Amino acid sequence: MTKHRKWLLSCIAIAAFLAVVFLLEQTIPKSSNWSMLFTVLEKGSIYALVAVSMNLVNGFTGLFSLGQAGFMLIGAYTYAIFTIPPEQRASVYQYFDGGIITFMLPAIPSILLAGIVAAFFAFLIGLPVLRLKSDYLAIASLGFAEILRAIFQWDKLGPITNGSNLLRKFTTYHTSLYPIIAAGICIAIMLLVINSSYGRAFKAIREDEIAAEAMGINLFKHKEMSFVISSFFAGIGGALLAMFQTTIQASVFRAALTYEFLLIVVIGGMGSVTGSIIASYLFIACREWWLRFLDSEQYIGDFKVPLLRAGFRNVVFSVVIMIIVLFFSQGIMGTKEFSWQGLGGLIRKIPTIPARLRRKFKKEAQVNE
Amino acid sequence: MDFIRDNLPYILAGISVGGQYALIAIGYTMVYGILRLINFAHGDMFMIAGLMGVYAVTWMPLYLAIPFVIIFTVVLGFLIERAAYRPLRNAPRMSVMISAIGVSYLLQNLALYVTGGLTKTYPTIPWISSTITVFGATTKVVTVITPILTIALVVLLMILIHKTKIGMAMRAVSRDFETSRLMGIQIDSVISMTFIIGSFLAAVGSILYFSNYTGVMPTAGAMPGLKAFVAAVFGGIGSIPGAVIGAFIIGICENIIKGMGLTTFSDAFTFAFLIIILIVRPSGLFGEKNIDKV
Repeated sequence: MTKHRKWLLSCIAIAAFLAVVFLLEQTIPKSSNWSMLFTVLEKGSIYALVAVSMNLVNGFTGLFSLGQAGFMLIGAYTYAIFTIPPEQRASVYQYFDGGIITFMLPAIPSILLAGIVAAFFAFLIGLPVLRLKSDYLAIASLGFAEILRAIFQWDKLGPITNGSNLLRKFTTYHTSLYPIIAAGICIAIMLLVINSSYGRAFKAIREDEIAAEAMGINLFKHKEMSFVISSFFAGIGGALLAMFQTTIQASVFRAALTYEFLLIVVIGGMGSVTGSIIASYLFIACREWWLRFLDSEQYIGDFKVPLLRAGFRNVVFSVVIMIIVLFFSQGIMGTKEFSWQGLGGLIRKIPTIPARLRRKFKKEAQVNE
Repeated sequence: MDFIRDNLPYILAGISVGGQYALIAIGYTMVYGILRLINFAHGDMFMIAGLMGVYAVTWMPLYLAIPFVIIFTVVLGFLIERAAYRPLRNAPRMSVMISAIGVSYLLQNLALYVTGGLTKTYPTIPWISSTITVFGATTKVVTVITPILTIALVVLLMILIHKTKIGMAMRAVSRDFETSRLMGIQIDSVISMTFIIGSFLAAVGSILYFSNYTGVMPTAGAMPGLKAFVAAVFGGIGSIPGAVIGAFIIGICENIIKGMGLTTFSDAFTFAFLIIILIVRPSGLFGEKNIDKV
């Protein structure tokens, strides 16, 4: 398959996907069960963006960083602070005399600003933290995320951050296409970075730091670069999450949120962008939609299924995650990526599966004899 | 002296919390010393022990409930190691750590399911929950008991590690995993023993901690867990006396900061402290310096 044809196929696939989403959005009423589909698509896209940004640092550069929630927090707050309309500020900042910012910015510049502020903080945090090794890096970045959370909840900063109160009434989007397209563009940019010479340097660092350094790669510079780029997109992810939720509060961005993304990255496969994206959608779909029936009482005929009540969904969900972590430690994609050839090969393989299985069993039977 | 007199209640509370963190931190530091694994689930084990304490007193009298909680936690710790860490013994370290995060997620969700998201109140244990006056500061008996009990347990643990055969095996395994296996040490039983000791101390810690801060909720283990881990890093991960000293320092500083009216920053302080330590002295107070060899 030529490069040209692959491009064409990808463009057609993306356009078709967006068109389907658009049509579904026009036809499915908000009240039906299927409206969960849009929640999954929106939140899944946002999670995919953050998961890919986390994969860039953890999977591609091999740095065990757990600061993602902190950078999302910065992004979400930056976005929210600058897009609350001036006339609404008095009611949002009711304990702080309407806050000290009296203007608002349009949505897209604010989203970019969210990324830039997150990246700037990442740059500062990276200076000391990236000199640490594996576990210490993990715990120090986690610590910084917690410090950021404390700072944003501080009363003295209330005129800007509204202290520990909710921020609300900021600009949000009106169509599911918005987060999907925004996340798509960001992921495409990250793919370009990963496939550039910088991306190859990141992978070299992941494989062996000492060898990479011997080949003339400036370790610290490239680690910092990967960290800053990742945080930029985590900040944008935070801004989109703020739009999705319509209100934000610092207490949401706990270490537990970072763990969620780490699990997504692992389920998808460390070092696979497509894996992270697929895992994000599956993660959100399972948790928010497919397993939801576990949270309410169910009857099969007259038989009341035991154990089902609020919270059971999350227990089942975490058991599923444990099974994946224990038995499929490579994740869905391993380090492989999606390609049209791969898909074609997979489709061609489907008819041969029975024959292959038979051959495998025969071989095992022979071994056993 | 004025400073000490003004802050005496906070210092006392700090010593007490420090002792409780120390009991958790030992679990972290021992597991890290042997498996090179940050056992993220350890804080949640502590929470489960607290929750079990709440339920156990409704099922049985108190003098049975306390041993029951301790045994339950020990068995749970043993089983978690068996089910979630042992299958990954030869997997990359990252996988084991992620398995630990998965266990932590599972324990929190289980607790959320069982409690229905409500904060449970820890039962009052007679005598240790009653109040006494120390140097003019009123406090609970548990505040005074904790440091004494902690030191006693640590001394026992040190004797175990330095004088017994299993202790010698533990030291050998933490020094060199592969060689000690070649020398005929049963690695698996040593690791199980480590988890048993860690869980036991976490259970004792949870009884003391929740007698003081009586609200048990599914996320109650996360913060004490992280702080105990910071204490372990501060003391030099792998070193038991280091973890204990680190825990006392963190407990005291945190409470003095609370006393100064900066409660929002008491958690942030712990992490700022950690980061400074890591930058100035990455191997901690008593840690051994690691040199990467090609």
